[in-house]
Order: sequence, then C-alpha cells, then structure tokens
Amino acid sequence: MRRSSIFFLLTALKILIIIALFVHSRIELSNRMTLWKDLEGIVSTLKLTDMALFTDARYARHPTQADLFSAFQDYPGSIEHFPTGTIVPPPEFDSVETVIKIK
Amino acid sequence: MGIEKHRNILDYTLLSLLRRKFKNIGIILVFTFVIFIVGSILFLSYSFKREAYLILKGSPEIVVHRMMAGRHELTLLSYMKDIIEIPGVSKVEPRYWGYYYDSMTKANYTILSMGETVMKTSRLLKGRLPEINEKNSAAIGKGVARARFIDIGNVFSLQSADGSQMVFNIVGIFETDSELMTADLIVLSESDFKRLVKMPEGMATDLAIYVYNETEALTVARKIRERFPDSRPILRDEIIRTYDAVFGWRSGLVLTLFIGALAAFIILAWDKATGLSAEEKQEIGILKAIGWETSDILEMKFWEGLVISLTSFLPGIILAYLHVFFFGASLFAPALKGWSVIYPEYRLAPFINFYQVATLMAITVIPYIASTIIPSWKASITEPDIVMRG
Repeated sequence: MRRSSIFFLLTALKILIIIALFVHSRIELSNRMTLWKDLEGIVSTLKLTDMALFTDARYARHPTQADLFSAFQDYPGSIEHFPTGTIVPPPEFDSVETVIKIK
Repeated sequence: MGIEKHRNILDYTLLSLLRRKFKNIGIILVFTFVIFIVGSILFLSYSFKREAYLILKGSPEIVVHRMMAGRHELTLLSYMKDIIEIPGVSKVEPRYWGYYYDSMTKANYTILSMGETVMKTSRLLKGRLPEINEKNSAAIGKGVARARFIDIGNVFSLQSADGSQMVFNIVGIFETDSELMTADLIVLSESDFKRLVKMPEGMATDLAIYVYNETEALTVARKIRERFPDSRPILRDEIIRTYDAVFGWRSGLVLTLFIGALAAFIILAWDKATGLSAEEKQEIGILKAIGWETSDILEMKFWEGLVISLTSFLPGIILAYLHVFFFGASLFAPALKGWSVIYPEYRLAPFINFYQVATLMAITVIPYIASTIIPSWKASITEPDIVMRG
C-alpha cells in the first residue's frame, strides 16, 4: 500500500474517532437533561448559590457570597494559602480609582 | 494526472519524513502533548462553566446580605416587610445557613435549614428532607456521609453554640449525581438550625428575593440598596458570572504544568522557522537540480507541515477529551481539589466548544505549516548549486 494511502487512512480513522466522541458528547448531554432539571430543583428548594467544589475555606466554598474586597480574605490581592487559589482568581480592581502620587 | 501528481509528492514527503524519523517523532510527541494539555484545560473550564450556568439557574434571583463594619452580618427579618412592598418583588424568604467545622474529621460542612419544604423527595435524594419543625432530623451530602461513615437511619452529633451535643437522625442522603452541589451539606429543620447556632430571634443569615420579571432584578436590587444602605444585593446573573470568571482563570499549577511543554514547542517551531538544516537544504537543491519546480517544493513542505500538525493535533484532541470526560481530568485533579477534606465526586458533562477547538487549531496548525514553508521558499528560489554548497 502506498504511504499516502496509509496516511489518509490513519487520518480518516482519527476523524472517525472524533466524530464518535462528538456523538458520545451529544448522547451524554441529552441523558443529563433530567439530571440538570433535578439539580436545579434541589438548588431552588434549598436556595443554594454555590457549587460544593472547594470546601477548604468560606470564600472558596461560596465565592459568590464572599466579601466584596477580597477573594483571599486577609488583604486584597494577598497570596492564597490554599491551592484553590490556582482556580479562583483574586477580585478585579478595575473599578478602584484611587491613585497614589509620589512627589 | 493532477491528483496523482499531488499524491506522488505526498508519498515522497512521507518518505523524507521517515528518513528523519527520530527528529519528527520528537516534534509530534511535543506537539501532541501541547495540544493535549491546552485541549484539556479548554474542555474542563468550558464544561464547568456550562454546568454552573445550567444548575445555578435555580438560585434565587437576588440574595440580600446585611453588612456591618465591612463584614457579612445577620439580616433583620423586619427588612422583609419593606422589600416585599417594592414593585416587582414576588416573594421574600429568609435563608438560614452557615458553616460547621468538624474537629473530628477536620472537615468544614455547610449547614442550612429549609423553610417551607416544597420538594420532600427527589431522584437525587435517598430518603427525604426534614420537615420545617421536625426535631433532630437531618439530610446530608454524600461527602459528609463518607467523612463520618454514616448512612440513613444512623445518628450523628454536632456541638451546638451553647456547648451541648445535638443528636440528629439521618433521614436522607443526597445521591452521588448531585455531589457537585450537595457534597458538604447538612440540611436541618429551621428550629434545629437556630438552636444549633444559637441564632437570635428575628434574624436570618440573609434573604432570598424573587421577582416577577427577571429583567427587573437589577432595578429591584438598586431599590433595596437605596432603602437599606447597609445591604448588599447579589444578583443571580452575578452568581453565574462569578463562576464564569472562576473557571476562566487558567493559571497556577495547571499553567505551570503546561509551560515547559509550551517552551519546548516554541523552541522547536523557532528552530524550524529560522532556517533549514544543511541536510534539508541539500535535499531541496537536489530536487531542484533534477527538475522539481519551486511550487512542487513548496507543496512538499506544505504536506510536511500538514502531516506533522494533523498527526499531532487530532490525537491531542482525542486524548484531551478522554482525559477530561472519561478519566475525570485526573492530571489536574490535585490542582482542582484544594486542601479540603470533603471532595465532591462528579463526572463532567462533555460540553465541546467548537469555536475554542477551531481557535486552538488555528493558532497551532497554521503557524506550524507557515514555519515549515517560509524557510523552504527562501531555499527553493535560490540556484540549486548554491543551495547544495550551503
């Protein structure tokens, strides 16, 4: 068999695998529709606001309910003590307009 | 004839690549690894974002905190009377929730009570939720059950704020499928919650506000802020946006993992882009001398770039998908899990963002092909004997 035919066959095989993964993704997502509806029901009944992804500290457990001024509590922009800081960003300070001028 | 000519050039390209197989296999491995890591990060963060969006749609439209001295303070229930009168507000409910640090397991639980029990059972709950005034009953998340080795029908105790032990019967456990939201929850009745944390009468942790028309939520929040300057309304949109930002944050450990591979890839691409090896130049000279056109040489180099980048890109994407959605992103798990005792166990929903995949393809495959063609073009427009002499 020619080398180009082998290359095309292998590429076609990889594309077929990608198509199969895409079909897998669609089937999985449609199967999960009821799960999300049930989860939304639990969220709305218990009035939850956050995911239980990180339970290492209050501001990591409920990032949406944490203090306005810091994601990492001690002082704004401080370095996180937990590895969660690699995922949860410090707050944005775009709205802060304080300018310190050094004369 | 036309197609045959292109296939012949491709055949020759593959032969030429096989002649330098160790170098090319090295490039393919690094390229695949780069695509695998970037692809995994993209799949992971997009899937979390979508999942957060779909699930948190059920959150209250506005949550109102009371602030005192810059800290979250218990909210007065008397605020409810004024808030319900704001036009557009359909319902105001108090939320009772907080944390409980369990020194025995060193885990931090989220304790909450529910008001009127709308949903007593759910497919995602084995057993049931406690009734509003039911004493000494609790429904717990799977993470708590695992940490305490308890099941439905067992009892467990928590230390109340006055130092006494409160014993609870487990009447429900949230199923594994809901762990993303419920892993560390302990749901109690309102009276038990108040007794456990010694909450003063007329107070709640915060308030949940519901509006008739979702588009009016911002106006309602503004009115609440005007009426109660010590309040802090948090909109559901903000909650969803926070999760967008949380999962959009791709740095730290994950990026550190990836930076070595990225550097290796940039060096390789730079090496290719800045010049051809003497062997490659000689090959181009010989091909020109035996009658190949400049366009044929450029086509050969195009095929070379395409073969290497496709052979790396497609398996990289396939491996990234398998890694994230079949193996739970096990490579990133240490960075994702943090230092907590309770980890939710979840299977990510396989959301694919085609725009991101196409962008990844555009920023890796196209520059690679370009970096292969450009130096060859320079060599192929030079006289064959000069090229061969180097």
